[in-house]
Amino acid sequence: MNGTLLLSIYVFVLAGFLGYELLTKVPPMLHTPLMSGANAMSGITIIGAIVLAGATTGIVSLILAIAALALATTNVVGGFLVTDRMLASFTARRDER
Amino acid sequence: MTVEAAAQLAYLVSVALFVVGLKRLASVRTARQGNLLLASGMGLAVIVTLVEQGRLSYQWIILGVAIGTGLGVLTVVRATATSMPQVVARFNGYGGAASALVALALFAQELVVPGADSVLVRLGATSASTLAVSIIIGMATFSGSVIAEAKLWGSLRRLGRVPGRFVLLLLTGLLAIGAAGAALVLDDVVHASVAAGVLALMTLAIGILIVAPVGGADMPVMISLLNSLSGLAAAATGFALGNVLLIMAGTIVGAAGLMLTLIMCRAMNRTLGNVLAGGLGSEDAADGDEATTYENIVASDPEEAAMVLEVARSVIIVPGYGLAAARGQHAAAELADALAARGVDVRFAIHPIAGRMPGHMNVVLAEADVPYERLVEMDQINRDFAQTDVVIVVGANDVINPAARQASGTPIAGMPILEVDQAQRILVIKRSLSPGYSGIKNELFEEDHCTMLFGDAKQVLDELVGELAANPA
Repeated sequence: MNGTLLLSIYVFVLAGFLGYELLTKVPPMLHTPLMSGANAMSGITIIGAIVLAGATTGIVSLILAIAALALATTNVVGGFLVTDRMLASFTARRDER
Repeated sequence: MTVEAAAQLAYLVSVALFVVGLKRLASVRTARQGNLLLASGMGLAVIVTLVEQGRLSYQWIILGVAIGTGLGVLTVVRATATSMPQVVARFNGYGGAASALVALALFAQELVVPGADSVLVRLGATSASTLAVSIIIGMATFSGSVIAEAKLWGSLRRLGRVPGRFVLLLLTGLLAIGAAGAALVLDDVVHASVAAGVLALMTLAIGILIVAPVGGADMPVMISLLNSLSGLAAAATGFALGNVLLIMAGTIVGAAGLMLTLIMCRAMNRTLGNVLAGGLGSEDAADGDEATTYENIVASDPEEAAMVLEVARSVIIVPGYGLAAARGQHAAAELADALAARGVDVRFAIHPIAGRMPGHMNVVLAEADVPYERLVEMDQINRDFAQTDVVIVVGANDVINPAARQASGTPIAGMPILEVDQAQRILVIKRSLSPGYSGIKNELFEEDHCTMLFGDAKQVLDELVGELAANPA
């Protein structure tokens, strides 16, 4: 087992703990926006798609990578927009008061 | 410092933004800011990647990003407050599919490299095995999300029990693992490609098999779980590519998503195993004809109902999915305003899972500018029903079904409900007597102090507002 892999496993386990402890009490009205925001965040795979779409050789892998990039971008852009739209309707009213 | 080291440090900033963003997103006051922090973390990661990688074929990247941005913006613009759950489910599926496609692209890239080596030899055991994991989780997330969205639209309501589901799951699972092994070990391009194709098909089937029997009311929990899985798929892709940012962010989403799933389960008084087994509605819906026969139903019209409202001093409105489906939120807000103008104490009772997603009613009513103080959550309002003159139920069913109080025997047993039957009068606006998502009868409708107003939620509410305006106090 090489050092990079060992370090990756460290990162994986610690990130898992961090994520698990991050959310403890969430008011029900935020369940949907939070799910939506976290969903947009899982579009982080966009990074992998960029690297492959920009550097891969071979037509099959290029097509797959571009499709991945398009879907990941939809996930990220749409996800954050829709979350903001939900939250905007909550907070706009609060500012009036 | 090398470019690579600088990029790694910038990735760390991204991760910090993700962590703080998620934390802020979980609290009402800072939620919108939290979402912005998440988005900026993502933006930073993308820019850093573009800079660090240097000589990339930018035309392909621009193509992919342009398609995705267009599709994302279009989907959000066309979405209504009612269809938010469906939109979230769809994006979630895209995320899973993207991870799987990245892994497949990497697989295809390594496979066609000249020289008779298998992908396992070229990538090494860690990268190759996590690549397979990414395809499995990502594809299953995708097909599962597609089913979830279809179920939310109501187009797959009949898809309930799959005969021999457990055996089928075991079979497809074993086939998927076998195909994954073959795809990685075989060094012939054609054979390995066929194996990868079988792997993709099997995992698509697994996603369908897992989500198909899940009841509609449980779908929010299922989507949250799928979201957690798509995070893990991203993390697996990170291992395959050797990208630490993907591992970190993907794992954080995976774990936080799992936590959120458990929190949501608790709010609905269900366990995750319960949800996955698809207990809700699967068996009782089968003999639904008998379950939905009603006697002693008292129906009325808006004119009479308005007379009841005219003499009321306290009114609680209970919204459900029917309100959202009929886009009656503005009419409901108007009715509340009209009642308040008459000096009536009027509030909305929000059940945590009313609608198709937790907090769905908050989103819908917020769109209609219902003042925040008028929205009261279940725990706070339940003790007030006994002192309330009139409860107006708008398109809700399971969340007010007294059958939930029984310890067992019904699919919703033990689920906390809004105790509307304690009020003096109950007006139920509903299109028909058809059961809610649980598929069971609601005995509340047969009670003497309960009156049905059959019709489209928006139309009935509008008529009520009209009647009240015609007879000023």
